[in-house]
Amino acid sequence: MAASWIVGIDVGGTFTDLIGIEPQSGKVALSKVPTTLENQAFGVLAALEKAGIALGDTATIVHGTTTTTNALLERKVARVGLITTKGFRDSLELGRRTRPTPYGLTGIFEPLVPRQWRLEVPERLDAEGGVVTPLDEAAVREAVQQLKAAGCEALVIHFLHSYINPAHENRALDIATELWPNGYITAGHSLLSEYREYERGTTACVNAAVQPVLHRYIERLDGELKKRGFGRDLLVMQGNGGTIAAGIVAEAAVNTVMSGPASGVMAAAYTAREAGLPNVITYDMGGTSSDVGLIQAGVPQVSSELELEYAMPIHVPMVDVHTIGAGGGSIAGIDDAGMLKVGPESAGARPGPICYGRGGTRPTITDANLALGRLDPAGLLSVDNPVSLQDVRDAILQHVGKPLGLDWQQAAAAILRIGNDKMAGAIRMVSLSRGHDPRDFALFAFGGAGPLHAAALARELGIPKLLLPARPGITNALGCVVADLRHDYVRTVNKPVASLPDMLVREVLQGQIAEGRDTIARDGVAVEEIQLLHNADMQFQGQSHLLRVSLPHIDVSKAELQAAFEAAYWQRFGVELPEIRAQLVNLHTAVIGRRPRLTLDRLLMAKPADDVNGARLGSRDVWFEQGGWQDTPVYDRERLPRGAHFAGPAILQQLDTTAVIEPGNAVDVDSLGNLIVTVTP
Amino acid sequence: MSDLDPVTLVVIQNGLQQVCNEMDLAFCRAAFSPVISEALDRSDGIYHRDTGELIAQGDLGLPVFVGTMQFSTQAVIERARDIKPGDIFIVNDPYLGGTHLMDVKFVKPFFYRGKLFAWLANTGHWPDTGGMVPGGFSANATEVEQEGLRLPPVKLYKQGVLDEEILSIILSNIRIADQRIGDIKAQAAALGIGEKRLTGLLDRYGAETVEAAIAELKSRASQRMRARIAQIPDGVYRGGAVVDSDGVVDEPLRIEMKIEKRGEELLFDMAGSSPPCQGPMNSVLATTKSSIYLAMKHIFPDVPINAGTFEPLKIVDPEGTFLYAKYPRPVSGCAAEVSQRIAEAVFNALVPAMPDKLFAAPAGTSGNLALGGYDPERKRAYVMYMISGGGYGGWHGGDGLSNGCSTIGISKTTPIEVMEQYYPVLFEEFSLHEGSGGAGKYRGGFGVNYTIRLRRGEARASMVMDHGRTGPRGAMGGEDGGLNRVTIEHETADGVVGYTPPHLSKDQDIVIKPGDRVRVSTPGGGGFGDPKQRDKAAIARDIERGYYTPQQIAARFGG
Repeated sequence: MAASWIVGIDVGGTFTDLIGIEPQSGKVALSKVPTTLENQAFGVLAALEKAGIALGDTATIVHGTTTTTNALLERKVARVGLITTKGFRDSLELGRRTRPTPYGLTGIFEPLVPRQWRLEVPERLDAEGGVVTPLDEAAVREAVQQLKAAGCEALVIHFLHSYINPAHENRALDIATELWPNGYITAGHSLLSEYREYERGTTACVNAAVQPVLHRYIERLDGELKKRGFGRDLLVMQGNGGTIAAGIVAEAAVNTVMSGPASGVMAAAYTAREAGLPNVITYDMGGTSSDVGLIQAGVPQVSSELELEYAMPIHVPMVDVHTIGAGGGSIAGIDDAGMLKVGPESAGARPGPICYGRGGTRPTITDANLALGRLDPAGLLSVDNPVSLQDVRDAILQHVGKPLGLDWQQAAAAILRIGNDKMAGAIRMVSLSRGHDPRDFALFAFGGAGPLHAAALARELGIPKLLLPARPGITNALGCVVADLRHDYVRTVNKPVASLPDMLVREVLQGQIAEGRDTIARDGVAVEEIQLLHNADMQFQGQSHLLRVSLPHIDVSKAELQAAFEAAYWQRFGVELPEIRAQLVNLHTAVIGRRPRLTLDRLLMAKPADDVNGARLGSRDVWFEQGGWQDTPVYDRERLPRGAHFAGPAILQQLDTTAVIEPGNAVDVDSLGNLIVTVTP
Repeated sequence: MSDLDPVTLVVIQNGLQQVCNEMDLAFCRAAFSPVISEALDRSDGIYHRDTGELIAQGDLGLPVFVGTMQFSTQAVIERARDIKPGDIFIVNDPYLGGTHLMDVKFVKPFFYRGKLFAWLANTGHWPDTGGMVPGGFSANATEVEQEGLRLPPVKLYKQGVLDEEILSIILSNIRIADQRIGDIKAQAAALGIGEKRLTGLLDRYGAETVEAAIAELKSRASQRMRARIAQIPDGVYRGGAVVDSDGVVDEPLRIEMKIEKRGEELLFDMAGSSPPCQGPMNSVLATTKSSIYLAMKHIFPDVPINAGTFEPLKIVDPEGTFLYAKYPRPVSGCAAEVSQRIAEAVFNALVPAMPDKLFAAPAGTSGNLALGGYDPERKRAYVMYMISGGGYGGWHGGDGLSNGCSTIGISKTTPIEVMEQYYPVLFEEFSLHEGSGGAGKYRGGFGVNYTIRLRRGEARASMVMDHGRTGPRGAMGGEDGGLNRVTIEHETADGVVGYTPPHLSKDQDIVIKPGDRVRVSTPGGGGFGDPKQRDKAAIARDIERGYYTPQQIAARFGG
């Protein structure tokens, strides 16, 4: 057989997940192995081996890696030197005049590039791109040599106003290229040609800091794969939800930050589209935190506003995923006003919830789920687990029940109620702050704990429908398999619409299209078609926040721009301000290389039962907010037949996830094995 | 009695908070002026039907507004007649529970099933409310009439309809009036969102239960604040702070802060502070109280805010001082500067009582520089604001942050690339104010140096800053932070002539010609702990990074 397998491999914090699809036969292979933190490549190879896919039979591997995100969070990054405009080397240390939290005046900030490796050279452009001070080329040479001598491995060139005129940065780049011992040089404007010197400069420094790390990692992985007979396309997931060829991924290494959450949202978009649900809120609930994303008309929302940690903005286009500080490990306790509190403190993976038996003593959301029968108490029976169900109940009674005058059942229910209330509130704020009412969306729940809470969250948010994908536990790996090649470009224009030069929009967009097509050619991967998406960031003059407007084509007229903006403004804010003029701030282009479609109807591989009853494993007592304890049927999720229809309450178990269906909910199993749950308000 | 169980209590607390957060969000997303939409200079809350006391306040509001709107809501309650659903009062009178004139409050009665249940209110900082200087921050006004249009509580909306007559009075008295209608609509719309969401909460849990929860939450918040206060050793703690001058009379204004801790309460007494001043550095009572609330919230950030939180904080009205200004004293500096000095006095009084919770003094000035002029190339008048951060104080766990926001604000700086797009200026420098961090075991953070050169046209510079005379205080043996400095460099035929404002940090209408420069250095934070105890590796790093010269290290850290 010719090499035909398409394989997605996602490295998560705990597990490395793999999904392989053979398009001709429709065969599917899955595996899950522990993540190898010191070098993620070992886990990747182990996953391939476990899935039993021969590398010689593999056409494409799409890899989602946390290498860059982890390197940044742990600050295990390359030594970076910076060359910048005279007078401004401290911009990247001074930041934007912030503090970590609105209240409290303490905190710690370490600049990514320490001050001694930030050098200045005479040069200056003004805001129109005119030269105020010419570039001092000798000073550039000297600075490059100095940074090389200081042992810097990567170099950043970042000048003021380079977004409007990159000439000085480009010239300095040429000089540096002659002298620098490797290719790790980043010019600020090359990653995003957008104004705001702190964000652009920091993004460039982040890129430089992770570039050597990612480059080495991918080279090593590629070498190992080749050694094992793999000779085709290795693609890497990016934060924009698209992929890029491994050979060029390190050039813009920063684009791989947050690629994990992005691939989850891509899988959700793909699945939801197939299921006929175009507007979806994604909810990926893990142990310590949860990720919320928005999909509108089948398209994940993309933004360029990520702040990876305090004062570390990364402004490249990424799937807009908002992390909220609640997960299965969120700890419940009583505060000094005697009020029940769930999170933000988390038990994490160690010691973890009490029921993990790793020494946790304070009750978590997961423990409450277990105590109330939502998670299978039999899961505790593993031989080496020193914790009993009684221990969990006692701890809940001790830490929450007694102080509030509740029994253990009421206390466990209270933990869930407050936990869900908080999570629902956070989801609501995320969607509102992006201008959407959650009731207009379906909820797509995944991750280890998402399906446990989804029904309650949907009810709380007034969301009418719930989508539980066939395999919630490997959604990110699925996202790798279905993702397209994608390259994003942004250019700042910043002019009133009325005074835009006639051909400007067209010229900018055409330039971005050409760059994108060129990059897809360099990817060297077969694509079925190239799709272009154009957006404009606009604002009313005198205003500061931006509204994104999608552009139907590149020949958009001024009147069309104005009208599109006014319509979007009205839709978002319900305010009409016709007397005030619109400003065009940025132009975006996404160039997408469509990879062949895959059918996903074989993700559930077990032989389906003849009817719902055939998939029934038994029943157990489960507590629900509606009506308390009920004897509840437990089904083997994998064996539910397509087209089946049944009513809650129910517990659906599968390998890595448990889903809770509440009383009054109605469940339909669609043709792909997804569950569409209609939620009773 | 209602069926108020412990779970419902928490859910209602979250629900009330959510109502306020959604108002905050709606306001800043729809607001027109960047002061609100980007600088987040606004706040929204729910207030008690009869007392005007704070029930809940949005998490995303500007810190300076902690607790302030309960005073303006009280002023509305005292004066309101014939209130109907859909009415919205507008008020910005500083002496009726306000701050400065630019903070314009909207107060709306909230009816549930035909009965008044509570008040919804919000504040937005308007970019201009008239007065002698654009933007309202005069450095030398001597009466409030010079500062702008003063509005007592009047109904701007009557049963949901905007009163065009009152609106026309307002718009005829402020600058850039055409853009204000966007802010007014946004401010009213935010209260409408609050109304909708609060109705939803009451529908779900019942008015009686929510009412009971509100009372219970007040007592819980008080209990929580009391528990925190109880950790402070009993005693009398004294602190102080100095405002450089009032902008008119070149003499320092002193704040004397005596805090007596007894049991679970704190008694704040500012007797002995300077008398009311001629210039605009007076504070109205509402702002003085809110500044103390704000300081305590910075010390105990996780205590939720409602009227109960403030109940154990007893404040003696500072009669006869500049911290209790009465009509017609000018007050434009109270929200941005004096409030921060009051908070600083609270911090430095309480550091010895809680060295593990507190910090040395932060830069604590908004560093407001306004440059107004005419751009001949673009043929338009402009007013440019440059608001600066400074160093934070060292603290028990580390050095102070550099270029932190004012203690009363949370907004980010405008990028220099944006400033240069809008205004005919060139920044020649934006750098770390070396040496400005006060020496200490944990040093203060650093302030900022910036230099602006005017490129064309003539302009006038005005500034309201502080800490030009004394640096932010060090704590536990740490050194004070570096000073604020302002210099104007005029290009003349005989070379550069420097000008330093006589009041150091406050001045008005300095003529700036093309080629002239404005140089500003903002204060560093105070040091925390004995500098001699500073870790040697940290000192080596400070030298390597050029934060201090080796001479400064020797003199200030004792070798």
